[in-house]
Amino acid sequence: MIPRHQRVIVSVLLVASLVMGVVLWQLRDRAHQRLMAGEDSAPTRAPEVAPAEQATLLVASDADNTLFPQVRLLPLPSDPGARARAVLGKLLEIYSTPDALHPAPGGTNAVTQVFLLPATGEKDPQHPDAQLAVVNLSGAFVATHPSGLETETLTVLSICGTLHANLPRVAQVRFLVDGAQHSTLAGHADLTRTYLTAEAVPTEGSHP
Amino acid sequence: MTAAAAVQASAAAQAPPAPAGPQGRFVVVLDAAHGGDDTGGRLANGATEKRFTLDFSVRLRSLLAARGIQVLNLRESDMLIDPGHRAELANHANAQACLSLHATESGSGTHLFISSLPSPPHTGDKNAPPPARFAAWKTAQTAWVPRSLALAGVLNSALQHAGISVTLGRAAMPGVDSMACPAVAVEIAPERNAAQQTTAELDNADYQARVAAALAAALLEWRSEAHP
Repeated sequence: MIPRHQRVIVSVLLVASLVMGVVLWQLRDRAHQRLMAGEDSAPTRAPEVAPAEQATLLVASDADNTLFPQVRLLPLPSDPGARARAVLGKLLEIYSTPDALHPAPGGTNAVTQVFLLPATGEKDPQHPDAQLAVVNLSGAFVATHPSGLETETLTVLSICGTLHANLPRVAQVRFLVDGAQHSTLAGHADLTRTYLTAEAVPTEGSHP
Repeated sequence: MTAAAAVQASAAAQAPPAPAGPQGRFVVVLDAAHGGDDTGGRLANGATEKRFTLDFSVRLRSLLAARGIQVLNLRESDMLIDPGHRAELANHANAQACLSLHATESGSGTHLFISSLPSPPHTGDKNAPPPARFAAWKTAQTAWVPRSLALAGVLNSALQHAGISVTLGRAAMPGVDSMACPAVAVEIAPERNAAQQTTAELDNADYQARVAAALAAALLEWRSEAHP
């Protein structure tokens, strides 16, 4: 025969289990309702897109080793660093298309960040507010960039020229790859030096 | 930079624009780019740029030697040579032409590059200060940029005369920028027609022979200019 106190304990545990089951069921319902309510309050309007502006891209051509300006309408952010990244993203997107005159895979994600800093070295009295742009390229872009003096030089110079065309204060450009200094782009173009944008900006259709 | 290299670079920088080599010899330096772990670019059919440049430098040396031109190949085997050391070797040779040989699958024809370092100021003023006694190692090529441009012009004419398309450019090149000699980087690409269809791949022996012959002819002409 089961003692009385054991029967009481089993009954209490049974009741407690039932109560806990009911409470958990209610909590689950409430959580589901909160989730649904959250979905209802999710934004249904597209985020504000920056107004489209004219951007000048200095596009490279491997066939004749030239840079030629191409004007595009792009939504450009107001922040200069983000603006620089947007125009470079568009430039490198052109290079990643199948019929590109200067093929280089990577696209818009090839440039991770662009930092704008005061220019280094001797101050130019005519441009006291000159800037140094530090372009952080993705390692994947560098790893897949075609190798060659001409093709690598064109990529570097078109980046420098495009930056200067859209952010005229940018007078110097340096490159990083995944946040660290890298010797060359793909075995040829020197990425350890500071490039002067004045050297990269060609007259129309001329050789860099 | 070693002290010897600094002296060599500075000594060469003091030289007139077209100096004679040791004992008046005409010396050409051929620098087959890359080597060892540095394979350079990947070419068609699994070939590597380092192998192509080495083979091409040997072919070009044979042509030049047959024409009585003394040649120094900086790289004779599959070994990695630091760009600074390449410049040291080239400067020690006191050469009248230094060609850095490259290859690529991009573009077409032959690409000629000279250093992007600025030319030295040319004032023409008799009272202007004399040239710097010492040349900075990384910019030793500065004093030679006008001669390098002239050499590129001669190479361009010879290649075009041989029916090979040429593009000219300037680039920052760590090894070449330290060379105290007329220096041009020669990058050979596949031959393509106006529609950008490939008419001769890099491994085409006839195409290689045409490019090498044109370069040899150009260097012969350069020698006649340097030693009239």
